[in-house]
Amino acid sequence: MASMLMNSLRCCPPVNPAWAVQYATRSLSTSVQLHAQVQTKSKKTLAKPGVKNIVLVEGVRTPFLLSGTTYADLMPHDLARAALQGLLHKTSLPKDAVDYIIYGTVIQEVKTSNVAREASLGAGFSDKIPSHTVTMACISSNVAMTTGVGLITAGQCDTIVAGGVEFMSDVPIRHSRKMRKTMLALNRAKTLGQRLSLIGSIRMAHLTPELPAVAEFSTAETMGHSADRLAAAFGVTRLEQDEFALRSHTLAKQAQDAGLLSDVISFKVPGRDTVAKDNGIRPSSMEQLAKLKPAFIKPHGTVTAANSSFLTDGASAVLIMSEEKALAMGYKPKAYLRDFVFVSQDPKDQLLLGPAYGTPKVLARAGLTMDDIDVFEFHEAFAGQIMANLKALDSDWFAQTYMGRKVKVGAPAMEKFNLWGGSLSLGHPFGATGCRLVTTVAHRLLKEGGQYGLVAACAAGGQGHAMVIEAYPQ
Amino acid sequence: MSLSSTLNGSYLTPRLRINKVLPYFTSHTETHVSPKIDSSRTHVNYEVKEDVAVIRMNDPTSKVNTLSVQMQNEMIEVFNEVLANDAVQSAVLISSKPGCFIAGADINMIQACNTSEEVTKLSQEGQKMFARIENSPKPIVAAINGPCLGGGLEFAIACQYRVATKSKKTVLGTPEVMLGLLPGAGGTQRLPKMVGIPGAFDMMLTGRNIRADKAKKMGLVHQLVDPLGPGLKSPEERTIEYLEEVAIQCAKGIVNKKISLTKEKGMMQKVQDYVMGIEFVRQQIYKTVTAKVMKMSKGLYPAPLKIIESVKAGLEQGPDSGYLAEAQNFGKLAMTSESNALIGLYHGQVACKKNRFGVPERPVKNLAILGAGLMGAGIAQVTVDKGIHTVLKDTTVEGLSRGQQQVYKGLNDKTKKKTITSFERDFTLASLTGQLDYSGFEKADMVIEAVFEDLNIKHRVIKEVEAVIPPHCIFATNTSALPIKDIAAASIRPEKVIGMHYFSPVDKMQLLEIITTDKTSKDTTASAVAVGLKQGKVIIVVGDGPGFYTTRCLAPMLAEAVRLLQEGVDPKKLDALTTGFGFPVGAATLADEVGIDVAAHVAEDLGKAFGSRFGGGNVEVLKTMVEKGFKGRKSGKGCYVYTPGLKSKDVNPDIEDVLGKYKLTPNPLVSSDSDVQYRLVSRFVNEAVMCLQEGILNGPVEGDIGAVFGLGFPPCLGGPFRFVDTFGANKLVEKMKRYEEVYGNHFTPCQLLLDHAKDSSKRFHK
Repeated sequence: MASMLMNSLRCCPPVNPAWAVQYATRSLSTSVQLHAQVQTKSKKTLAKPGVKNIVLVEGVRTPFLLSGTTYADLMPHDLARAALQGLLHKTSLPKDAVDYIIYGTVIQEVKTSNVAREASLGAGFSDKIPSHTVTMACISSNVAMTTGVGLITAGQCDTIVAGGVEFMSDVPIRHSRKMRKTMLALNRAKTLGQRLSLIGSIRMAHLTPELPAVAEFSTAETMGHSADRLAAAFGVTRLEQDEFALRSHTLAKQAQDAGLLSDVISFKVPGRDTVAKDNGIRPSSMEQLAKLKPAFIKPHGTVTAANSSFLTDGASAVLIMSEEKALAMGYKPKAYLRDFVFVSQDPKDQLLLGPAYGTPKVLARAGLTMDDIDVFEFHEAFAGQIMANLKALDSDWFAQTYMGRKVKVGAPAMEKFNLWGGSLSLGHPFGATGCRLVTTVAHRLLKEGGQYGLVAACAAGGQGHAMVIEAYPQ
Repeated sequence: MSLSSTLNGSYLTPRLRINKVLPYFTSHTETHVSPKIDSSRTHVNYEVKEDVAVIRMNDPTSKVNTLSVQMQNEMIEVFNEVLANDAVQSAVLISSKPGCFIAGADINMIQACNTSEEVTKLSQEGQKMFARIENSPKPIVAAINGPCLGGGLEFAIACQYRVATKSKKTVLGTPEVMLGLLPGAGGTQRLPKMVGIPGAFDMMLTGRNIRADKAKKMGLVHQLVDPLGPGLKSPEERTIEYLEEVAIQCAKGIVNKKISLTKEKGMMQKVQDYVMGIEFVRQQIYKTVTAKVMKMSKGLYPAPLKIIESVKAGLEQGPDSGYLAEAQNFGKLAMTSESNALIGLYHGQVACKKNRFGVPERPVKNLAILGAGLMGAGIAQVTVDKGIHTVLKDTTVEGLSRGQQQVYKGLNDKTKKKTITSFERDFTLASLTGQLDYSGFEKADMVIEAVFEDLNIKHRVIKEVEAVIPPHCIFATNTSALPIKDIAAASIRPEKVIGMHYFSPVDKMQLLEIITTDKTSKDTTASAVAVGLKQGKVIIVVGDGPGFYTTRCLAPMLAEAVRLLQEGVDPKKLDALTTGFGFPVGAATLADEVGIDVAAHVAEDLGKAFGSRFGGGNVEVLKTMVEKGFKGRKSGKGCYVYTPGLKSKDVNPDIEDVLGKYKLTPNPLVSSDSDVQYRLVSRFVNEAVMCLQEGILNGPVEGDIGAVFGLGFPPCLGGPFRFVDTFGANKLVEKMKRYEEVYGNHFTPCQLLLDHAKDSSKRFHK
């Protein structure tokens, strides 16, 4: 989950685009290997005999907006509905052609706790299609997708819609436990006397509301605080973090301007304007970024509002099918979804190291090396977290001490890394980010002509996810 | 069941709080001679990073840093160089030992002195050194990770700025009072200015450890640094590096005026300062604190009073008088018998935290406890949070759930105090299995039984258990009086049977008395000691016999207490006399806490074993009380009446009748207040000495530790053996002979005591 410190980032004025472009060409690479354009892969394809090929047919998302902006008056399922309708529209999928719908979300709206069902009904899907909701913090929609992959592999389904939604403009704020207890007792009270005595027992303290926890439950530490400690543990400097944040915003801006973010659908918000673009992308300058005070560890911390992801509203959806079904229905798939892993570590000191643990594991599973990957899309929770993960991947000591490996796998080449921006700039609706990452990898593989892509993400609870994606032969 | 009671909860030090001391003073076995020069320095060195001198301390001869002579000399050398170095603008003081800043002064330095003047001089040298630090033109930042205690804290507060890690190991404090001393290197003068007069008194009079976050709130440190997890180096190494980086930033910040050393005072602070500026208020504080100290310590401990005196001298008569008073009082205290006793206990405690039986063949990973009563659940509570899988077995659902609730409550209270998180509580409880049968016992490495004190029941249990446990499993029995060999008689493998006598409440009482029989194997003992140490206990290992060591010492004293009650001494008076002697709990209250029924049981058993020597009070008094339902605190009535929720207690009016029935006429020759005290104490001490004479005890150190930590023998006296040394065996024997004339063999001194009385050069402690 991203920084709960929201909007202080927004005080940075946008910067001279010329400078930004120039900046973007600067390499932030931590590993210096340069890759020849034509390269022999360890494997031609990851298809395995006897295992169904599963394909990504299409992926869409609503524009990701800073929470409290245009989406402010909606409900979570409205956003999910928009994504689903966008998918239907883009694929011309018949509304009864889906076998199962799965959504991921983190902060649940109690009224629509199975948001997958409410959204699919509202989006006009047949009421005969079952749907369920999953949650695994920032990798919730990754779980939605891999659940779908599992259903197809097991032969239970052929066509799955998976997605994710997060709506931070409105979160459940509850009465205090004391108040809830009184109110529930009031419900059961039989006589007027009992009711009056219960009402009389209400004190000022009862009225203090309970906000959704921003801290990790098991450790009581906020994620930003943990990210700052992680950055310090890996010796990531404030400068490195600010540079990475600026890179993310700059690249996102370029991608947006170049029309590369084709997964974004436009959405007519009821009572408001049509939204067609992410609104959190704001390239700034190093000088501006340097001015910000640390947000979590004061006064010597390095994580600021500007180098953290911000609170975002948004939804995403993907259409996943068995290859034969997709072809039978006349679709041209975008990519194969291949090996994936979920990992988990100590939620205190390794909260955000999911990518560092997941990447070597999934590469080993797929039988690939770091060099085989053409496109990297890592979830950017914090610039410091990304830099820490890159340093961990590039450290033999870390690989040996904590991962039981003989040698490191190496860090991804920055020329291949999050080239269309990332969660820091595009935004991070917790439950929806996973589908964005996968769709972006597919689109980048198509655009850049690569063979393999890798998605990796960290999540609260010290968990993580990584998936290998293979380009569909064009 | 156990013969001991709640001895916790004291606000001021003197009681048993000493056991909480971290290695504050640590002694070196080797003494360092020959001052070394320049690069040959072994303890302190420095490196200049940009314009900041990073001064690193590391005592290569010890696990902890202490302010030994060598450390001080090298520190002064380095400090002079840093001052003289024009390239240096500021300095950072840091320990390169992971997990220890400075644990205190070197105790041997003080113990090597023969006169108070010598100690005063030591103190003045320390004061001088820290005054130079305080007045240094180049700001010095103390970067603290790990214990920063005693002299270490005094060093840190002389620096201009303090940064500390939030690690659990980082604690700040002035534990000198627990050794009968005072902070003698400027602590009594600087602390009141830094944390306010009430805060300073609290720190210095309780000697408690303060965690980093609390220290920040109190104004003792300026900035906190979080401990780091895995990165590109080991967490410990990187955390120190990070601390250093932050401290360097601070040092630079002070030099370029980005960090101000004069703290903006908040409204509350201003008000407090104003109030403390009024002399009348200060006088009231001195008065209140003195009264409190007198109440808690009964005037038996000189150190708290000297601390108040030194603080007062500084605040009322200026720094010169203050520092002089501190140094002189430090010198005086170092020569007191109380300090000697407390330091002896400290050394004893350190010794009893070691396993002299070596490393056991296999570590205990699965431990099963039989009986979920107060003791069984208490043992579970101190075991389950040490990474040992713990099975708690009882025979009834009710008994089991009561025990499980006790364990839960113990952990939950820690959660409420925020020493652990609710998650850690849950995680810990996951290692506890409650059950009614013997399932899973085939995996047990050790079984501790805490069932009812009845030989037949114990025999039944041992047979049941031996049928299900694996061959390597140790059977430990928690009993307070039944001889272990009698229990082991039912065992098919007596070499695996051992006694582990815990004291109630288990989570508060530090002592564990381990009892070995002739047949107990060395590995069994090593394993029991290892488990006890893991549980955080101070351990004495004693020989088998009725009442072992602790119960055996307590029984004659309680018999004497009953006789005194029969002679018409009021329970409150009896309590006052015992606490006045230094016992943390009075004899009558102690009987209530232990349980009148238990006391009766033990008195009868030991009476049978030791004959008339253990007589005194009439056992029938206790038995009648039990019949009437006066079983002590647990039944609500004993010598006193206990009302739930009320702290004060009244004498049980109904025991008048009981005592009336067994009334004895006191003999005025041996019934003065002082005689009453010595009648109680001499029987205790004589029995302790006899335990040593008979080989039940391994040595006087364990005897002293067992008596103080298990039974509440006055810490200021250092235990029965040190008491004999200090008081004089001949004087004690003289008193006992006088009592012997009246009461007979109850007061016959044992041979060893007589030997010591005859030859005054014979001492239990060197």
